[in-house]
Amino acid sequence: MMFTARNKGRFALGATVVGVSLALAGCATGDPLEEPDTGSDGDMSSETITVGSQAYYSNEIIAEIYAQALEEAGFDVDRNFQIGQRDAYIPAIEGGEVDLFPEYTGNLLQFYSPDTTATQSDDVYAELQDALPEGLQVLDQSSASDQDSYNVTAEFAEANGLSSIGDLAGVDGLVLGGFPELEERPYGPTGLQDVYGVTVEFEATGDTTVPALLDGLVNVANVFSADPRIGQNDLVTLDDPEGLFLASNVVPLASADLPAEAAEVINEVSAALTAEGLVALNVQSTVDEDSSAVIATQWLTENGFLG
Amino acid sequence: MTWVWENLDLIGRLSLEHLRLSAIPILLGFVLAVPLGWVAYRYRLTRGLVLTVVGLLYTIPSLALFVALPPLLGIPYTSELNVVIALTIYAVAIMARSIADALASVDLDIKQAATAVGYSPWRRFWAVEFPLAGPVVLAGVRVVAVSTVSLLTIGVVIGIDTLGYLFTNGYQRGILAEVLSGVVVTVLIALLIDRILVALGRALMPWTRATATAPTVQQGAAS
Amino acid sequence: MDTRDGDGADGAAGSGLVNLFFDAFAWILDPANWEGRGSIPQRIGEQLYFTFAAMAVASAIAVPLGWLIGHTGRGRDIAVAITGAARALPSFGLLFLFVMIAGVLLREPSTIFVLVLLAIPPILAGAYSGLEVIDRRVVDAARAMGMTEWQILWKVEVPLGLPLLIGGLRSATLQVVATVVLVAFLGLGALGFEIVQGIALRSYDQMLGSAILIIVLALLLDAIFAILERFAVPRGVRAGRIPDVRTASSGRRATAEASATT
Repeated sequence: MMFTARNKGRFALGATVVGVSLALAGCATGDPLEEPDTGSDGDMSSETITVGSQAYYSNEIIAEIYAQALEEAGFDVDRNFQIGQRDAYIPAIEGGEVDLFPEYTGNLLQFYSPDTTATQSDDVYAELQDALPEGLQVLDQSSASDQDSYNVTAEFAEANGLSSIGDLAGVDGLVLGGFPELEERPYGPTGLQDVYGVTVEFEATGDTTVPALLDGLVNVANVFSADPRIGQNDLVTLDDPEGLFLASNVVPLASADLPAEAAEVINEVSAALTAEGLVALNVQSTVDEDSSAVIATQWLTENGFLG
Repeated sequence: MTWVWENLDLIGRLSLEHLRLSAIPILLGFVLAVPLGWVAYRYRLTRGLVLTVVGLLYTIPSLALFVALPPLLGIPYTSELNVVIALTIYAVAIMARSIADALASVDLDIKQAATAVGYSPWRRFWAVEFPLAGPVVLAGVRVVAVSTVSLLTIGVVIGIDTLGYLFTNGYQRGILAEVLSGVVVTVLIALLIDRILVALGRALMPWTRATATAPTVQQGAAS
Repeated sequence: MDTRDGDGADGAAGSGLVNLFFDAFAWILDPANWEGRGSIPQRIGEQLYFTFAAMAVASAIAVPLGWLIGHTGRGRDIAVAITGAARALPSFGLLFLFVMIAGVLLREPSTIFVLVLLAIPPILAGAYSGLEVIDRRVVDAARAMGMTEWQILWKVEVPLGLPLLIGGLRSATLQVVATVVLVAFLGLGALGFEIVQGIALRSYDQMLGSAILIIVLALLLDAIFAILERFAVPRGVRAGRIPDVRTASSGRRATAEASATT
């Protein structure tokens, strides 16, 4: 009966492979968009602080700055970077797996209250504090912002006498480039029409929005305001007197049980981070091609956090 | 190329993660495909059914599967499990078919001889048919391995950390070396797993080494 | 990323599932999505445009080359090696890579270039293996009858090899149509656009609706090729040798199909 034993062994092996595979894969249940029950996993956070980041290079740099500043202050830090979409990481923060995350006030507010009408920085911040679910908090917002803005090339601005979004109203043949979702956003083509009377065609240029603008594929481009390419290519950011865009300042999103000392450290970081400073960080990433760890160390040293 | 040297730790971390996430569907797919392939080979009725179903599953583009699968399983589309299950489905789809073909390629005389010397069907399957089908089965596993490693890169779109990160991040930052290293490392990992499978095949099927019959057996299955 | 979510949704999964698919079909059927810029017909058109453009170019290259290899028997090892290695190439990364190299104005031709690269190996394999599985005695008989090499190729080898060639075209088409879903990341639209936009907008009906459209389109294309494959078997052959030819085709396809999904 040796063979039977061996066969059983094969079965056991098979079962183990299945079991191990499932365990490796981790388990998750729930609806595709459902946010999970806020479990009681929070007890880890008193020991180790998990810092997360979006799949956006600039966001990752800020997260790395948070992480290194906390380590300097004596905390143990886990990095869970590049979590991607808000759909992926908001549940992770609400579930207590991630304790701290660099966010942007306007975009985050829009996630929780899509119909918000606030546009000014302080209003957005105040409304955001009310909109957050239980268990989450935002720390002090930074003066640095990274928000949507409409940009044109210097030549195009000159040729058409453009300085504010409203000036576009008289221009024919406008093509607006941006991320695919811009088409449906309140500040997208519909908002341009309603607020400024500007008619545009939309072209989803995604990550190539700036090259598309420079190559003439589009003539108006939605670029994040901290994008260094605005300065490098002499783009003209059009003024937004009617407040089409929400102000979107850098803000740390944190779990409510983040230790107070940690919050203090992060608030100091936010105070030191300026709009120009953020652009400079992005330049280091895209032009000098430095890794976020290198950029963060350098910034923290220059600003007296590391010694 | 300085980018590569300065980011070796990132590349290393993503490579390990990529290896781990590719290994699961390959292993799991193999374990599930053996009984399915057997059922498809053994009975005329189930052959059509199984091969049609796996053929249809195989046809579904991966990004669409990543989106359509979660509601059926009740999991978030951003979960790692989503990608693992989707890739396992592809693995089963390819391997079930190649295992059925492989079993069909075993010489009828050999099977009858095994029965004649007193092998039970179960024992005959494991001791005679499956090992003889081995080289063709291995060819199927190798195809699965290579395509799994490649498909996994798309997981980054739904937030799964894989080498695909180097594609999207490099594209965002405009760093060609980053995207290129992502492509190169993905190919290297595919080749690495392929070599491991070949070595494993040699160790488990020593008779193929002596006569180097693998290609011939494959021919046999094909014609 | 290991999301240890609670499992509270188990009870609601049943009705939630129906609702999600109901919403997805409502999205597909919504008349507003069938007109204007970025409509569903436009996305399907873009999807088919990229697929057929790439298939046309790839076939023009790979079919004659495959026949040449199959007829002469030369270069087979190289073709096998290239076909195997190409399978390991991550098409998703190649799309980004070539658009970065070529620049945004050339994103369309460089995308088609990548798609062609992906489509060539399975077509090539289908073309040469179709000729290879032909019984050499048949070819020798044709030669003995005094047929020229051209006549052998056109009148004997090509018709007999057609089912496997179509099998190769079939897997190439599947691979290409799946990869075209990803061109949305380069701003080139097609059906993947609705998934990319849906992810950012958190509109699951849009994501699922377009996923369903993509799946239906892929299944339809596959079905068309399945029918073609069946009719491609020459009548004389079909009478006597159906079982043989079909085993050959399924066996080859298992290996030739390889990386069809992307």
